[in-house]
Amino acid sequence: MTLLDVENLWVKFPTRQGVFDAVRGVSFTLGRERLGIVGESGSGKSMTGRAILRLIRPPGMVSADQISLEGVDLMQKTEREMRDVRGQRISMVMQDPKFSLNPVMTVGAQIIEAFRLHNKASKSVAYAKALEMLEAVSIRNPERVMRAYPHEMSGGMGQRIMIAMMLIPNPEILIADEPTSALDVSVQRQVLDIIDTLVKDRGMGLIFISHDLNLVADFCDRVLIMYSGRIVEVCDADKLHDAKHPYTRGLLNSLPRLDAPRDRLEVLKRDPAWAEAPSVSARI
Amino acid sequence: MSMLSVKDLNVWFGGGRDRVDAVKSASFDVAEGDSFGIVGESGSGKSTILRAIVGLNPTWTGQILVDGHPVPKRRPKSFYKTVQMVFQDPYASLHPRHSVDQVLGETLFLHGFSDIEARVVKLLDDVGLGRDFRFRYPHQLSGGQRQRVAIARALAPEPRILLLDEPTSALDVSVQAEILNLLTDLRAEHGLTYVMVSHDLSVVGHMCSRLAVMKDGEIVEIMDVADLRAMQAKHPYSQELLAASV
Amino acid sequence: MAETLRSWLLTDTPTSRRHAKMSALYKGWLSFRSNTMAMIGLWILIILVLIAFAAPILSPHDPFAQELGNRLQPLWSEGHTLGTDSLGRDILSRLIYGSRITLYIVGLVALIAPITGLLVGTVAGYVGGWTDLALMRITDIFLAFPRLVLALAFVAALGAGIENAVLAISLTAWPPYARIARAETLTIRSSDYISAIRLQGAGALRIITKHIWPLCISSLIVRVTLDMAGIILAAAGLGFLGLGAQPPSPEWGAMISEGRRFILDHWWVATVPGMAIFTVSLAFNLLGDGLRDVLDPKDSEK
Repeated sequence: MTLLDVENLWVKFPTRQGVFDAVRGVSFTLGRERLGIVGESGSGKSMTGRAILRLIRPPGMVSADQISLEGVDLMQKTEREMRDVRGQRISMVMQDPKFSLNPVMTVGAQIIEAFRLHNKASKSVAYAKALEMLEAVSIRNPERVMRAYPHEMSGGMGQRIMIAMMLIPNPEILIADEPTSALDVSVQRQVLDIIDTLVKDRGMGLIFISHDLNLVADFCDRVLIMYSGRIVEVCDADKLHDAKHPYTRGLLNSLPRLDAPRDRLEVLKRDPAWAEAPSVSARI
Repeated sequence: MSMLSVKDLNVWFGGGRDRVDAVKSASFDVAEGDSFGIVGESGSGKSTILRAIVGLNPTWTGQILVDGHPVPKRRPKSFYKTVQMVFQDPYASLHPRHSVDQVLGETLFLHGFSDIEARVVKLLDDVGLGRDFRFRYPHQLSGGQRQRVAIARALAPEPRILLLDEPTSALDVSVQAEILNLLTDLRAEHGLTYVMVSHDLSVVGHMCSRLAVMKDGEIVEIMDVADLRAMQAKHPYSQELLAASV
Repeated sequence: MAETLRSWLLTDTPTSRRHAKMSALYKGWLSFRSNTMAMIGLWILIILVLIAFAAPILSPHDPFAQELGNRLQPLWSEGHTLGTDSLGRDILSRLIYGSRITLYIVGLVALIAPITGLLVGTVAGYVGGWTDLALMRITDIFLAFPRLVLALAFVAALGAGIENAVLAISLTAWPPYARIARAETLTIRSSDYISAIRLQGAGALRIITKHIWPLCISSLIVRVTLDMAGIILAAAGLGFLGLGAQPPSPEWGAMISEGRRFILDHWWVATVPGMAIFTVSLAFNLLGDGLRDVLDPKDSEK
């Protein structure tokens, strides 16, 4: 069943040199699955995630034929109505918990605030729910963590707290924007496993935005590859290594690999046609 | 005959009760013309070793030998003609108000070269940037271009050892391939010795022939890249790191 | 022809050092020009400079000529657009000549204070250790002095006059610049590009003058323009107390002081120079805001 339907999304920014199109005609649907959006910097992948949540402020301009959450078009909603959607129905986890957690509030205060924003509950009920959520993200000493400040946490812990905070209102869709890029390799796996379990258990849809092709291929069900604001290829994650578009192939071949040593890495030759071609639709 | 030899290096920050030991008893050798990798997670001390070798960290003990000669506490100018460094973040390693020409020109001037004009042009050619880039400012350059300028700057004094601190981790994958190829070519052309720090095992596997694995300030294992590729690590931490990277 | 000049200036691939510098200046100018308020400020200041320059031509009367039979004439009187003061001198002429004094004071302080502050702050910030401690405590001492008290001390020691007033203002104005410069230096000092130039064997002098100063200067320039208002008012205050410009000098603050006695019945004598001070202060503020928008974004540009 389709949770999210995005059709013909455009995000434009006016600059002194004219209008810059950050996202150009992106269309895709999201079911109860893990969808990966892969691209390099400037491909528009983060902008897509933010546009869905209407987090792009003027002078940025967002337009789309529709962004429908279970049939209801989000583009038609007012800002007040969007506030009910954000966090409650669609949540977002960002890259660096150092910058997304409030440094002057304790962890507990922030999680409780996130909960009470969307549920009318007393402080003690919220506290219990927060503890429950921290245990769900494999934090072994939740009471101590509740009393601590974000800067006392390691990167991995901070990211798990972020996930706990974002999932406590029980959203239907989670948008994860490079959630593991700032983490060490050993911690990345743990955080991904947690996201995986929670998304599966709750039947959520996941949009996983990353620049790491291999990570996304490993973790997601379907992958969209973006270049210069457009989707250039859509494929199933397990078939990524058989990808056809020259940009995707170029990206795959330019990665150094431990199991396939080479003297020189293949350098991507950018074809201007890739940016000019229309976006491939990933709508089912 | 080893080009760079580090014996029992200890690096610390702060003193007394606030002392933090970033590197403990590190020892390794790098032969001339070789490429040596140092891998580890954040906080393992790998970047600190490089900074101590090059003299950016004043508090260290141990022995550092460059080309057989011990390195004194205060680095003489001749040291910087032999050892140079490329930093991680291309956005932070170039002065925002200096053009590429000024960056390279100043470096050449400080090292006492007289044919600065010709050398600047040659350096830009060597790193794959054309003359168009000579008078640009950093904010007019992409990440990959800035890193090329940083490499040109490091090559200006004609060093023999290049220390590379995660040179491509802030770059896109496609740009990373270009920069790694450039580094490979330069090493072959100029007979350089590399010490490369990275958290990415596949990058180290591609660029280096031997590597050291660091954890919490200590070198836990030194291995050949062949062993790395065969997933044959001896120390349990190295095995963990390998397993997590694939 | 203009089109090719424009495209030459806006190019992304400069061909020489001069080309690159001019291109950077032009782009900065374009950015500044798009800020209407800042342009208004700039125009007011340009007009001020022109008036000061052309004072002998513009002023209808001699600013020192007294006409005791024509005292305290109101605005729009015959021959005196802005009226006359208590000694019958034409206020408009005095205002015009007074602009020279204002510019003199502002120019001197704007040179002395930030440059002193830059020197002290960057050396303290870069060298650190005992030098830093000593310089910062000296800065604190000067910071603790109230401006007027110091001016009084100077007057007692050296006699009243504009130069001493300027000196007094400068001596109390430089500490904030030292602090700003030191704070910026501390941040810049740990950057990779400073480490990189140290690896080329650069000494402290080169690093401070060629690498740190260019980065501090923009925030100092912004701070100076925003302080201008305060400096003009300080000079006016000293003039008001009789410690700055001495009579019959047409300094705007002194004019307000003279007009103070007549403020109830002949309000224009004090108010008109007050409006002049207000306008020039506002102009500097607007200019400073515009400069900050142009100069600072580049520092955070990635």
